[in-house]
Amino acid sequence: MADYKALEDLVIQVRRDILRQVHKVNSGHPGGSLGCAEFFVALYNELMDHNNDFSMVGENEDIFFLSNGHISPVFYSVLARSGYFPVEELNTFRLLNSRLQGHPTTHEGLPGVRMASGSLGQGISVSIGAAQTKKLNNDNHLVYTLCGDGELQEGQNWEAIMYAAGNKVDNLIVTIDLNGQQIDGSTENVLPLGNMKAKFEAFGWDVMDIEEGNNIEAVITGMKKAKEKTGKGKPVCVLLHTVMGNGVDFMMHTHDWHGKAPNDEQLENALSQNPETLGDY
Amino acid sequence: MKKYTDSGKKDTRSGFGDGLTELGKKNKDVVALCADLTGSLKMDEFKKNHPERFFQIGIAEANMIGIAAGMTIGGKIPFTGTFANFSTGRVYDQIRQSVAYSGKNVKICASHAGITLGEDGATHQILEDIGLMKMLPGMTVINTCDYNQTKAATIAVVEHEGPVYLRFGRPKVANFTPADQKFEIGKAVQLQEGTDVTIVATGHLVWEALQAAETLHENGISADVINIHTIKPLDDEAILKSVKKTGCVVTAEEHNYLGGLGESVARVLSTQHPAPQEFVATQDTFGESGTPEQLMAKYGLNASAIVAAAKNVIARK
Repeated sequence: MADYKALEDLVIQVRRDILRQVHKVNSGHPGGSLGCAEFFVALYNELMDHNNDFSMVGENEDIFFLSNGHISPVFYSVLARSGYFPVEELNTFRLLNSRLQGHPTTHEGLPGVRMASGSLGQGISVSIGAAQTKKLNNDNHLVYTLCGDGELQEGQNWEAIMYAAGNKVDNLIVTIDLNGQQIDGSTENVLPLGNMKAKFEAFGWDVMDIEEGNNIEAVITGMKKAKEKTGKGKPVCVLLHTVMGNGVDFMMHTHDWHGKAPNDEQLENALSQNPETLGDY
Repeated sequence: MKKYTDSGKKDTRSGFGDGLTELGKKNKDVVALCADLTGSLKMDEFKKNHPERFFQIGIAEANMIGIAAGMTIGGKIPFTGTFANFSTGRVYDQIRQSVAYSGKNVKICASHAGITLGEDGATHQILEDIGLMKMLPGMTVINTCDYNQTKAATIAVVEHEGPVYLRFGRPKVANFTPADQKFEIGKAVQLQEGTDVTIVATGHLVWEALQAAETLHENGISADVINIHTIKPLDDEAILKSVKKTGCVVTAEEHNYLGGLGESVARVLSTQHPAPQEFVATQDTFGESGTPEQLMAKYGLNASAIVAAAKNVIARK
Protein backbone atom coordinates (compact mmCIF):
# COMPACT_ATOMS: atom_id res chain seq x y z
CA MET A 1 0.00 0.00 0.00
CA ALA A 2 1.43 3.27 -1.08
CA ASP A 3 1.92 6.03 1.48
CA TYR A 4 -0.31 8.52 -0.31
CA LYS A 5 0.32 11.30 2.20
CA ALA A 6 4.05 11.11 1.61
CA LEU A 7 3.54 11.02 -2.15
CA GLU A 8 1.19 14.01 -2.01
CA ASP A 9 3.79 15.91 -0.02
CA LEU A 10 6.30 15.06 -2.72
CA VAL A 11 3.90 16.28 -5.41
CA ILE A 12 3.58 19.63 -3.63
CA GLN A 13 7.34 19.92 -3.32
CA VAL A 14 7.74 19.07 -7.00
CA ARG A 15 5.28 21.85 -7.85
CA ARG A 16 7.41 24.27 -5.85
CA ASP A 17 10.51 23.05 -7.67
CA ILE A 18 8.82 23.59 -11.04
CA LEU A 19 7.69 27.10 -10.18
CA ARG A 20 11.01 28.14 -8.67
CA GLN A 21 13.02 26.74 -11.59
CA VAL A 22 11.10 28.65 -14.26
CA HIS A 23 10.79 31.80 -12.17
CA LYS A 24 14.54 32.06 -11.59
CA VAL A 25 15.37 32.14 -15.30
CA ASN A 26 12.11 33.74 -16.41
CA SER A 27 11.59 30.99 -18.97
CA GLY A 28 10.47 27.40 -19.28
CA HIS A 29 7.19 25.53 -19.31
CA PRO A 30 5.30 25.42 -16.00
CA GLY A 31 1.82 24.52 -17.29
CA GLY A 32 2.35 21.00 -18.58
CA SER A 33 4.93 20.36 -15.86
CA LEU A 34 2.44 21.09 -13.09
CA GLY A 35 -0.18 18.96 -14.78
CA CYS A 36 2.11 15.94 -14.82
CA ALA A 37 3.53 16.18 -11.28
CA GLU A 38 1.39 13.32 -9.96
CA PHE A 39 2.28 11.12 -12.94
CA PHE A 40 6.03 11.59 -12.51
CA VAL A 41 5.89 11.11 -8.75
CA ALA A 42 3.87 7.92 -9.23
CA LEU A 43 6.15 6.67 -12.00
CA TYR A 44 9.44 7.08 -10.17
CA ASN A 45 8.20 6.19 -6.70
CA GLU A 46 5.58 3.48 -7.17
CA LEU A 47 5.51 2.14 -10.70
CA MET A 48 8.94 1.73 -12.24
CA ASP A 49 11.44 -0.86 -11.15
CA HIS A 50 14.45 1.37 -11.74
CA ASN A 51 18.00 1.81 -10.53
CA ASN A 52 18.91 5.23 -9.23
CA ASP A 53 22.49 4.31 -10.08
CA PHE A 54 22.06 5.50 -13.63
CA SER A 55 23.27 3.54 -16.63
CA MET A 56 22.59 4.58 -20.20
CA VAL A 57 21.77 1.05 -21.37
CA GLY A 58 19.14 0.58 -18.66
CA GLU A 59 19.34 -3.20 -18.65
CA ASN A 60 17.15 -5.17 -16.25
CA GLU A 61 15.19 -2.12 -15.17
CA ASP A 62 12.13 -0.24 -16.38
CA ILE A 63 13.05 2.83 -18.38
CA PHE A 64 11.25 6.06 -19.21
CA PHE A 65 11.43 8.46 -22.14
CA LEU A 66 9.95 11.95 -22.04
CA SER A 67 8.74 12.77 -25.52
CA ASN A 68 7.39 16.25 -24.79
CA GLY A 69 10.72 17.50 -23.53
CA HIS A 70 9.50 21.01 -22.76
CA ILE A 71 8.08 19.80 -19.45
CA SER A 72 11.65 19.33 -18.30
CA PRO A 73 11.07 21.15 -14.96
CA VAL A 74 8.91 18.32 -13.60
CA PHE A 75 11.26 15.67 -15.04
CA TYR A 76 14.31 17.32 -13.46
CA SER A 77 12.61 17.81 -10.11
CA VAL A 78 11.50 14.18 -9.86
CA LEU A 79 14.83 12.83 -11.11
CA ALA A 80 16.66 14.91 -8.52
CA ARG A 81 14.31 13.95 -5.72
CA SER A 82 14.67 10.29 -6.74
CA GLY A 83 18.41 10.57 -6.23
CA TYR A 84 19.69 10.77 -9.80
CA PHE A 85 21.54 14.03 -9.13
CA PRO A 86 21.73 16.59 -6.30
CA VAL A 87 18.51 18.52 -5.72
CA GLU A 88 20.57 21.73 -5.48
CA GLU A 89 21.40 21.35 -9.15
CA LEU A 90 17.83 22.44 -9.94
CA ASN A 91 19.28 25.90 -9.26
CA THR A 92 21.11 25.66 -12.59
CA PHE A 93 18.05 25.06 -14.77
CA ARG A 94 18.54 26.76 -18.15
CA LEU A 95 21.72 28.52 -17.04
CA LEU A 96 24.93 28.59 -19.03
CA ASN A 97 27.11 25.48 -18.54
CA SER A 98 24.28 23.57 -16.86
CA ARG A 99 23.40 19.91 -17.27
CA LEU A 100 19.78 21.01 -16.94
CA GLN A 101 19.24 22.29 -20.44
CA GLY A 102 15.98 23.94 -21.46
CA HIS A 103 14.96 20.64 -22.96
CA PRO A 104 16.40 17.36 -21.66
CA THR A 105 19.53 16.05 -23.31
CA THR A 106 22.11 13.32 -22.95
CA HIS A 107 24.72 15.71 -24.29
CA GLU A 108 25.71 17.15 -20.91
CA GLY A 109 25.56 13.77 -19.20
CA LEU A 110 22.66 14.39 -16.84
CA PRO A 111 21.86 11.10 -15.06
CA GLY A 112 18.34 9.89 -15.76
CA VAL A 113 18.09 11.15 -19.32
CA ARG A 114 18.63 8.62 -22.11
CA MET A 115 17.52 10.66 -25.12
CA ALA A 116 17.27 14.29 -26.08
CA SER A 117 13.73 15.50 -26.63
CA GLY A 118 12.15 18.81 -27.38
CA SER A 119 11.51 18.60 -31.08
CA LEU A 120 8.20 16.82 -30.71
CA GLY A 121 6.89 13.51 -31.94
CA GLN A 122 9.98 11.32 -31.58
CA GLY A 123 9.51 9.67 -28.18
CA ILE A 124 7.23 6.81 -29.17
CA SER A 125 9.62 5.69 -31.91
CA VAL A 126 12.55 5.80 -29.52
CA SER A 127 10.60 3.86 -26.91
CA ILE A 128 9.67 1.20 -29.42
CA GLY A 129 13.36 0.75 -30.25
CA ALA A 130 14.25 0.42 -26.58
CA ALA A 131 11.34 -1.98 -26.01
CA GLN A 132 12.33 -4.19 -28.92
CA THR A 133 15.90 -4.25 -27.66
CA LYS A 134 14.63 -5.38 -24.26
CA LYS A 135 12.90 -8.28 -26.00
CA LEU A 136 16.07 -9.18 -27.91
CA ASN A 137 17.99 -9.09 -24.64
CA ASN A 138 15.38 -11.23 -22.83
CA ASP A 139 14.91 -8.36 -20.40
CA ASN A 140 11.29 -8.48 -19.27
CA HIS A 141 11.17 -4.94 -17.94
CA LEU A 142 8.93 -2.23 -19.34
CA VAL A 143 9.45 0.95 -21.32
CA TYR A 144 7.34 3.97 -20.39
CA THR A 145 6.82 7.10 -22.44
CA LEU A 146 4.97 10.34 -21.87
CA CYS A 147 3.67 12.43 -24.77
CA GLY A 148 1.70 15.63 -24.84
CA ASP A 149 -1.70 15.54 -26.49
CA GLY A 150 -0.93 18.41 -28.85
CA GLU A 151 2.24 16.53 -29.72
CA LEU A 152 0.12 13.88 -31.42
CA GLN A 153 -0.36 16.36 -34.23
CA GLU A 154 3.14 15.35 -35.35
CA GLY A 155 2.90 12.68 -38.04
CA GLN A 156 5.80 10.53 -36.85
CA ASN A 157 3.69 9.45 -33.88
CA TRP A 158 1.25 7.72 -36.17
CA GLU A 159 4.03 5.88 -37.97
CA ALA A 160 5.15 4.66 -34.57
CA ILE A 161 1.64 3.87 -33.34
CA MET A 162 1.01 1.74 -36.44
CA TYR A 163 4.36 -0.02 -36.09
CA ALA A 164 4.03 -0.82 -32.38
CA ALA A 165 0.69 -2.56 -32.85
CA GLY A 166 1.77 -4.34 -36.03
CA ASN A 167 4.86 -5.67 -34.30
CA LYS A 168 3.17 -6.50 -30.98
CA VAL A 169 5.42 -4.25 -28.92
CA ASP A 170 3.58 -5.16 -25.73
CA ASN A 171 6.29 -4.17 -23.23
CA LEU A 172 5.54 -0.51 -23.82
CA ILE A 173 3.18 1.87 -22.01
CA VAL A 174 2.64 5.19 -23.75
CA THR A 175 0.88 7.79 -21.63
CA ILE A 176 -0.77 10.76 -23.28
CA ASP A 177 -1.07 13.88 -21.17
CA LEU A 178 -4.59 14.79 -22.18
CA ASN A 179 -4.84 18.35 -20.93
CA GLY A 180 -6.49 19.77 -24.02
CA GLN A 181 -4.12 22.74 -24.27
CA GLN A 182 -1.24 23.73 -26.50
CA ILE A 183 0.71 26.94 -27.12
CA ASP A 184 -1.78 28.71 -29.33
CA GLY A 185 -4.91 27.68 -27.46
CA SER A 186 -7.02 24.63 -26.75
CA THR A 187 -6.31 21.58 -28.89
CA GLU A 188 -9.95 21.86 -29.95
CA ASN A 189 -9.27 25.30 -31.43
CA VAL A 190 -5.78 24.70 -32.81
CA LEU A 191 -6.28 21.29 -34.40
CA PRO A 192 -8.92 18.98 -32.95
CA LEU A 193 -7.50 15.62 -31.89
CA GLY A 194 -10.83 13.84 -32.27
CA ASN A 195 -11.52 10.68 -30.34
CA MET A 196 -8.09 9.69 -29.17
CA LYS A 197 -9.25 6.46 -27.61
CA ALA A 198 -10.93 5.34 -30.82
CA LYS A 199 -7.86 6.32 -32.84
CA PHE A 200 -5.44 4.28 -30.73
CA GLU A 201 -7.86 1.36 -30.64
CA ALA A 202 -8.28 1.49 -34.40
CA PHE A 203 -4.49 1.19 -34.68
CA GLY A 204 -4.62 -1.93 -32.48
CA TRP A 205 -3.59 -0.65 -29.06
CA ASP A 206 -5.02 -1.56 -25.68
CA VAL A 207 -6.26 1.82 -24.43
CA MET A 208 -7.43 2.93 -21.01
CA ASP A 209 -8.31 6.22 -19.36
CA ILE A 210 -7.18 7.66 -16.08
CA GLU A 211 -9.87 10.24 -15.53
CA GLU A 212 -8.30 11.81 -12.45
CA GLY A 213 -4.80 12.40 -13.68
CA ASN A 214 -4.10 14.85 -10.86
CA ASN A 215 -5.09 12.45 -8.11
CA ILE A 216 -2.04 10.49 -7.03
CA GLU A 217 -4.04 7.51 -5.88
CA ALA A 218 -6.00 7.35 -9.14
CA VAL A 219 -2.79 7.64 -11.16
CA ILE A 220 -1.11 4.81 -9.26
CA THR A 221 -4.16 2.56 -9.42
CA GLY A 222 -4.66 3.30 -13.10
CA MET A 223 -1.04 2.82 -14.08
CA LYS A 224 -0.92 -0.48 -12.18
CA LYS A 225 -3.84 -1.60 -14.33
CA ALA A 226 -1.90 -0.49 -17.39
CA LYS A 227 1.04 -2.64 -16.27
CA GLU A 228 -1.28 -5.64 -16.05
CA LYS A 229 -2.20 -5.07 -19.68
CA THR A 230 1.39 -5.46 -20.87
CA GLY A 231 2.71 -8.74 -22.25
CA LYS A 232 -0.53 -9.58 -23.98
CA GLY A 233 0.35 -8.86 -27.58
CA LYS A 234 -0.68 -5.19 -27.70
CA PRO A 235 1.08 -1.93 -26.87
CA VAL A 236 -0.69 -0.10 -24.06
CA CYS A 237 -1.90 3.50 -24.19
CA VAL A 238 -3.01 5.44 -21.14
CA LEU A 239 -5.04 8.58 -21.68
CA LEU A 240 -4.16 10.62 -18.62
CA HIS A 241 -6.71 13.37 -18.09
CA THR A 242 -4.91 16.25 -16.43
CA VAL A 243 -5.31 19.97 -15.92
CA MET A 244 -2.52 22.14 -17.28
CA GLY A 245 -1.14 24.30 -14.46
CA ASN A 246 -2.65 22.04 -11.81
CA GLY A 247 -2.18 23.14 -8.20
CA VAL A 248 -1.90 26.86 -8.91
CA ASP A 249 -5.37 28.35 -9.30
CA PHE A 250 -4.50 31.12 -11.72
CA MET A 251 -2.53 28.77 -13.99
CA MET A 252 -5.28 26.18 -14.35
CA HIS A 253 -7.72 25.63 -17.22
CA THR A 254 -5.84 27.84 -19.65
CA HIS A 255 -3.03 27.54 -22.17
CA ASP A 256 -1.58 30.85 -20.97
CA TRP A 257 1.02 29.21 -18.75
CA HIS A 258 2.22 26.66 -21.27
CA GLY A 259 5.52 28.41 -21.73
CA LYS A 260 5.55 31.44 -19.46
CA ALA A 261 7.23 31.97 -16.11
CA PRO A 262 5.54 33.68 -13.16
CA ASN A 263 6.83 37.06 -11.96
CA ASP A 264 7.85 37.62 -8.32
CA GLU A 265 4.35 38.35 -7.14
CA GLN A 266 2.81 35.48 -9.05
CA LEU A 267 5.47 33.13 -7.72
CA GLU A 268 4.71 34.15 -4.17
CA ASN A 269 1.02 33.56 -4.74
CA ALA A 270 1.66 30.19 -6.42
CA LEU A 271 4.02 29.02 -3.67
CA SER A 272 1.58 30.09 -0.97
CA GLN A 273 -0.89 27.64 -2.49
CA ASN A 274 1.74 24.91 -2.18
CA PRO A 275 3.44 25.22 1.20
CA GLU A 276 6.88 23.69 1.55
CA THR A 277 6.80 19.99 2.47
CA LEU A 278 10.16 18.29 1.98
CA GLY A 279 12.30 21.39 1.84
CA ASP A 280 13.19 23.67 -1.05
CA TYR A 281 16.53 23.24 -2.80
CA MET B 1 51.86 5.55 -63.03
CA LYS B 2 50.17 2.93 -60.97
CA LYS B 3 47.79 0.79 -62.95
CA TYR B 4 44.31 0.12 -61.63
CA THR B 5 42.12 -2.54 -63.14
CA ASP B 6 38.43 -3.12 -62.85
CA SER B 7 37.92 -6.64 -61.56
CA GLY B 8 34.34 -6.58 -62.88
CA LYS B 9 31.63 -4.00 -62.47
CA LYS B 10 29.63 -4.24 -59.27
CA ASP B 11 27.26 -1.96 -57.39
CA THR B 12 28.42 -0.38 -54.17
CA ARG B 13 25.11 -1.24 -52.50
CA SER B 14 26.00 -4.91 -52.89
CA GLY B 15 29.21 -4.13 -51.03
CA PHE B 16 27.05 -2.81 -48.22
CA GLY B 17 24.78 -5.86 -48.31
CA ASP B 18 27.68 -8.30 -48.28
CA GLY B 19 29.44 -6.36 -45.55
CA LEU B 20 26.28 -6.40 -43.46
CA THR B 21 25.94 -10.15 -44.00
CA GLU B 22 29.46 -10.65 -42.70
CA LEU B 23 28.86 -8.34 -39.75
CA GLY B 24 25.69 -10.20 -38.85
CA LYS B 25 27.68 -13.37 -38.42
CA LYS B 26 30.50 -11.68 -36.50
CA ASN B 27 28.67 -9.32 -34.20
CA LYS B 28 25.49 -10.33 -32.41
CA ASP B 29 24.74 -6.74 -31.40
CA VAL B 30 24.29 -5.64 -34.99
CA VAL B 31 20.64 -5.11 -35.90
CA ALA B 32 19.32 -3.98 -39.27
CA LEU B 33 16.30 -1.81 -40.02
CA CYS B 34 14.83 -1.17 -43.42
CA ALA B 35 12.01 1.03 -44.70
CA ASP B 36 10.52 -1.21 -47.38
CA LEU B 37 13.62 -1.36 -49.59
CA THR B 38 15.24 -4.60 -48.48
CA GLY B 39 16.01 -5.77 -52.00
CA SER B 40 17.29 -2.40 -53.18
CA LEU B 41 19.60 -2.17 -50.16
CA LYS B 42 20.75 -5.80 -50.58
CA MET B 43 19.75 -6.61 -47.01
CA ASP B 44 17.99 -9.88 -47.89
CA GLU B 45 20.82 -12.11 -46.79
CA PHE B 46 21.06 -10.49 -43.35
CA LYS B 47 17.30 -10.80 -43.02
CA LYS B 48 17.42 -14.48 -43.97
CA ASN B 49 20.28 -15.26 -41.60
CA HIS B 50 19.02 -13.25 -38.63
CA PRO B 51 15.26 -12.71 -38.84
CA GLU B 52 15.14 -11.80 -35.15
CA ARG B 53 17.65 -8.99 -35.70
CA PHE B 54 16.04 -7.62 -38.86
CA PHE B 55 13.30 -5.01 -38.49
CA GLN B 56 11.00 -4.21 -41.37
CA ILE B 57 9.77 -0.72 -40.53
CA GLY B 58 7.56 -0.07 -43.53
CA ILE B 59 7.47 3.23 -45.38
CA ALA B 60 8.10 5.29 -42.28
CA GLU B 61 11.64 6.59 -42.24
CA ALA B 62 11.20 9.02 -39.34
CA ASN B 63 10.00 6.15 -37.19
CA MET B 64 12.93 4.05 -38.38
CA ILE B 65 15.49 6.59 -37.21
CA GLY B 66 13.75 6.96 -33.86
CA ILE B 67 13.55 3.20 -33.35
CA ALA B 68 17.21 2.84 -34.29
CA ALA B 69 18.17 5.49 -31.74
CA GLY B 70 16.09 3.70 -29.09
CA MET B 71 17.69 0.35 -29.90
CA THR B 72 21.09 1.66 -28.86
CA ILE B 73 19.67 1.79 -25.32
CA GLY B 74 20.39 -1.78 -24.34
CA GLY B 75 23.50 -1.99 -26.47
CA LYS B 76 22.43 -2.75 -30.02
CA ILE B 77 24.27 -1.33 -33.03
CA PRO B 78 21.55 -0.43 -35.53
CA PHE B 79 22.18 -0.15 -39.28
CA THR B 80 19.33 1.63 -41.04
CA GLY B 81 18.83 1.18 -44.75
CA THR B 82 16.95 3.23 -47.29
CA PHE B 83 17.72 5.56 -50.20
CA ALA B 84 20.00 8.50 -49.44
CA ASN B 85 17.18 10.97 -49.97
CA PHE B 86 14.97 9.29 -47.37
CA SER B 87 17.96 8.66 -45.09
CA THR B 88 18.76 12.35 -44.71
CA GLY B 89 16.49 15.11 -45.94
CA ARG B 90 13.30 13.34 -44.98
CA VAL B 91 14.49 12.58 -41.47
CA TYR B 92 16.90 15.38 -40.72
CA ASP B 93 15.33 16.41 -37.45
CA GLN B 94 15.07 12.83 -36.22
CA ILE B 95 18.77 12.31 -36.95
CA ARG B 96 19.68 15.65 -35.46
CA GLN B 97 17.90 15.21 -32.13
CA SER B 98 17.63 11.46 -31.51
CA VAL B 99 20.92 10.35 -33.10
CA ALA B 100 23.49 13.14 -33.40
CA TYR B 101 22.64 15.34 -30.41
CA SER B 102 21.85 12.29 -28.31
CA GLY B 103 25.18 10.76 -29.37
CA LYS B 104 23.71 7.42 -30.38
CA ASN B 105 25.63 4.65 -32.09
CA VAL B 106 23.46 4.45 -35.21
CA LYS B 107 24.83 3.68 -38.68
CA ILE B 108 22.73 5.41 -41.32
CA CYS B 109 23.32 3.49 -44.53
CA ALA B 110 22.18 5.28 -47.64
CA SER B 111 21.95 3.79 -51.08
CA HIS B 112 21.01 5.32 -54.45
CA ALA B 113 22.88 8.52 -53.56
CA GLY B 114 23.44 11.15 -56.17
CA ILE B 115 22.53 11.51 -59.78
CA THR B 116 23.51 7.95 -60.79
CA LEU B 117 20.26 6.72 -59.31
CA GLY B 118 19.22 7.49 -62.86
CA GLU B 119 15.81 7.11 -64.39
CA ASP B 120 13.74 7.77 -61.26
CA GLY B 121 14.69 11.41 -61.55
CA ALA B 122 15.32 14.31 -59.21
CA THR B 123 12.77 13.39 -56.51
CA HIS B 124 15.07 10.53 -55.61
CA GLN B 125 18.48 11.91 -56.63
CA ILE B 126 19.72 13.67 -53.55
CA LEU B 127 22.74 15.90 -54.17
CA GLU B 128 22.61 17.65 -50.82
CA ASP B 129 23.03 14.80 -48.34
CA ILE B 130 26.76 15.12 -47.69
CA GLY B 131 26.23 18.74 -46.71
CA LEU B 132 23.29 17.91 -44.47
CA MET B 133 25.15 15.16 -42.68
CA LYS B 134 28.55 16.81 -42.33
CA MET B 135 26.99 19.80 -40.63
CA LEU B 136 25.78 17.65 -37.73
CA PRO B 137 28.23 17.77 -34.81
CA GLY B 138 29.72 14.36 -34.12
CA MET B 139 28.55 12.77 -37.36
CA THR B 140 31.07 10.77 -39.38
CA VAL B 141 30.44 10.99 -43.13
CA ILE B 142 31.69 8.30 -45.49
CA ASN B 143 31.20 8.05 -49.27
CA THR B 144 32.73 4.92 -50.73
CA CYS B 145 33.96 4.44 -54.29
CA ASP B 146 33.46 0.81 -55.22
CA TYR B 147 32.12 -2.55 -54.09
CA ASN B 148 35.23 -3.63 -52.18
CA GLN B 149 35.58 -0.36 -50.35
CA THR B 150 31.91 -0.23 -49.44
CA LYS B 151 32.07 -3.73 -48.02
CA ALA B 152 35.20 -2.87 -46.04
CA ALA B 153 33.65 0.37 -44.77
CA THR B 154 30.45 -1.36 -43.68
CA ILE B 155 32.47 -3.80 -41.60
CA ALA B 156 34.75 -1.06 -40.24
CA VAL B 157 32.09 1.38 -39.03
CA VAL B 158 30.86 -1.08 -36.40
CA GLU B 159 34.13 -0.50 -34.53
CA HIS B 160 33.50 3.24 -34.41
CA GLU B 161 31.38 4.29 -31.42
CA GLY B 162 29.07 7.07 -32.62
CA PRO B 163 26.79 8.05 -35.48
CA VAL B 164 27.94 7.37 -39.02
CA TYR B 165 26.47 8.32 -42.39
CA LEU B 166 27.54 5.74 -44.99
CA ARG B 167 26.75 6.80 -48.55
CA PHE B 168 26.81 4.53 -51.59
CA GLY B 169 24.99 4.05 -54.86
CA ARG B 170 22.88 2.07 -57.23
CA PRO B 171 24.75 1.50 -60.52
CA LYS B 172 27.31 -1.14 -61.30
CA VAL B 173 30.68 0.60 -61.41
CA ALA B 174 34.33 -0.40 -61.67
CA ASN B 175 35.57 -2.45 -58.72
CA PHE B 176 39.25 -1.60 -58.42
CA THR B 177 40.25 -1.27 -54.76
CA PRO B 178 41.72 -4.34 -53.04
CA ALA B 179 39.31 -6.92 -51.67
CA ASP B 180 41.46 -7.29 -48.57
CA GLN B 181 41.86 -3.55 -47.87
CA LYS B 182 41.89 -2.27 -44.33
CA PHE B 183 39.36 0.55 -44.11
CA GLU B 184 40.49 3.34 -41.82
CA ILE B 185 37.89 6.01 -41.09
CA GLY B 186 39.31 9.46 -41.75
CA LYS B 187 42.38 8.22 -43.62
CA ALA B 188 42.73 9.29 -47.26
CA VAL B 189 44.02 6.78 -49.80
CA GLN B 190 46.75 7.96 -52.15
CA LEU B 191 46.07 6.39 -55.55
CA GLN B 192 48.53 8.20 -57.82
CA GLU B 193 51.61 10.27 -57.12
CA GLY B 194 51.89 13.43 -59.23
CA THR B 195 53.36 16.90 -59.19
CA ASP B 196 51.23 19.22 -61.35
CA VAL B 197 47.74 18.95 -59.90
CA THR B 198 45.97 17.27 -56.99
CA ILE B 199 42.69 15.50 -57.72
CA VAL B 200 40.68 14.82 -54.58
CA ALA B 201 37.71 12.59 -55.36
CA THR B 202 35.03 10.74 -53.46
CA GLY B 203 32.48 8.04 -54.31
CA HIS B 204 31.84 7.18 -57.94
CA LEU B 205 34.12 10.02 -59.04
CA VAL B 206 37.25 8.25 -57.78
CA TRP B 207 37.34 5.86 -60.74
CA GLU B 208 36.68 8.82 -63.03
CA ALA B 209 39.62 10.62 -61.40
CA LEU B 210 41.90 7.68 -62.19
CA GLN B 211 40.78 7.73 -65.82
CA ALA B 212 41.34 11.48 -65.91
CA ALA B 213 44.84 11.06 -64.48
CA GLU B 214 45.70 8.68 -67.33
CA THR B 215 44.47 11.17 -69.93
CA LEU B 216 46.37 13.98 -68.22
CA HIS B 217 49.48 11.81 -68.17
CA GLU B 218 49.16 11.35 -71.94
CA ASN B 219 49.04 15.15 -72.16
CA GLY B 220 52.20 15.47 -70.09
CA ILE B 221 50.42 16.46 -66.87
CA SER B 222 51.27 14.61 -63.67
CA ALA B 223 48.32 14.25 -61.30
CA ASP B 224 48.24 13.32 -57.65
CA VAL B 225 45.02 11.36 -57.05
CA ILE B 226 43.56 11.03 -53.58
CA ASN B 227 40.57 8.89 -52.70
CA ILE B 228 38.68 10.62 -49.89
CA HIS B 229 36.23 8.04 -48.61
CA THR B 230 35.74 9.91 -45.34
CA ILE B 231 34.50 13.44 -45.84
CA LYS B 232 34.21 14.00 -42.11
CA PRO B 233 36.55 13.84 -40.34
CA LEU B 234 38.56 14.96 -43.35
CA ASP B 235 42.19 13.90 -43.74
CA ASP B 236 43.48 17.50 -43.78
CA GLU B 237 47.09 16.39 -43.68
CA ALA B 238 46.91 14.26 -46.81
CA ILE B 239 45.29 17.11 -48.73
CA LEU B 240 47.76 19.71 -47.49
CA LYS B 241 50.74 17.51 -48.20
CA SER B 242 49.60 16.97 -51.76
CA VAL B 243 48.61 20.56 -52.52
CA LYS B 244 51.87 21.87 -51.07
CA LYS B 245 53.52 19.72 -53.72
CA THR B 246 51.22 20.45 -56.69
CA GLY B 247 50.00 23.98 -55.92
CA CYS B 248 46.41 23.42 -57.07
CA VAL B 249 43.47 21.07 -56.62
CA VAL B 250 40.42 19.67 -58.36
CA THR B 251 37.73 18.22 -56.12
CA ALA B 252 35.32 15.72 -57.65
CA GLU B 253 32.09 14.44 -56.18
CA GLU B 254 28.58 13.37 -57.13
CA HIS B 255 27.03 16.13 -55.05
CA ASN B 256 26.17 19.81 -55.14
CA TYR B 257 29.31 21.98 -55.05
CA LEU B 258 27.60 23.76 -52.13
CA GLY B 259 28.09 21.72 -48.98
CA GLY B 260 30.09 18.87 -50.40
CA LEU B 261 33.66 17.58 -50.33
CA GLY B 262 34.86 20.56 -52.37
CA GLU B 263 33.84 23.03 -49.70
CA SER B 264 35.49 20.95 -47.00
CA VAL B 265 38.73 20.95 -49.00
CA ALA B 266 38.41 24.70 -49.60
CA ARG B 267 38.11 25.22 -45.84
CA VAL B 268 41.35 23.35 -45.22
CA LEU B 269 43.23 25.16 -47.96
CA SER B 270 41.91 28.66 -47.31
CA THR B 271 42.93 28.49 -43.66
CA GLN B 272 46.24 26.69 -44.06
CA HIS B 273 47.57 26.79 -47.61
CA PRO B 274 45.56 28.89 -50.09
CA ALA B 275 45.65 27.44 -53.60
CA PRO B 276 43.51 27.54 -56.75
CA GLN B 277 40.67 25.02 -56.72
CA GLU B 278 38.12 23.81 -59.28
CA PHE B 279 34.94 22.00 -58.31
CA VAL B 280 33.72 19.01 -60.31
CA ALA B 281 30.24 18.74 -58.82
CA THR B 282 26.67 19.65 -59.67
CA GLN B 283 26.20 23.39 -59.87
CA ASP B 284 23.37 24.08 -57.42
CA THR B 285 20.84 22.23 -59.51
CA PHE B 286 18.45 19.30 -59.28
CA GLY B 287 18.99 16.24 -61.45
CA GLU B 288 16.64 14.63 -63.95
CA SER B 289 15.78 11.28 -65.52
CA GLY B 290 18.32 9.51 -67.71
CA THR B 291 20.86 6.72 -67.57
CA PRO B 292 23.68 7.16 -65.07
CA GLU B 293 26.24 7.60 -67.86
CA GLN B 294 24.11 10.21 -69.66
CA LEU B 295 23.57 12.13 -66.44
CA MET B 296 27.23 12.04 -65.41
CA ALA B 297 28.11 13.46 -68.83
CA LYS B 298 25.38 16.09 -68.88
CA TYR B 299 26.13 17.32 -65.35
CA GLY B 300 29.90 17.29 -65.83
CA LEU B 301 30.72 14.51 -63.39
CA ASN B 302 33.06 12.29 -65.41
CA ALA B 303 36.70 11.87 -66.36
CA SER B 304 36.58 14.42 -69.16
CA ALA B 305 35.13 17.04 -66.79
CA ILE B 306 37.98 16.34 -64.36
CA VAL B 307 40.56 16.67 -67.16
CA ALA B 308 39.13 20.03 -68.19
CA ALA B 309 39.03 21.22 -64.58
CA ALA B 310 42.63 20.12 -64.06
CA LYS B 311 43.82 22.10 -67.05
CA ASN B 312 41.88 25.16 -65.87
CA VAL B 313 43.23 25.01 -62.36
CA ILE B 314 46.82 24.52 -63.50
CA ALA B 315 46.47 27.65 -65.64
CA ARG B 316 45.42 29.58 -62.54
CA LYS B 317 48.53 28.68 -60.54
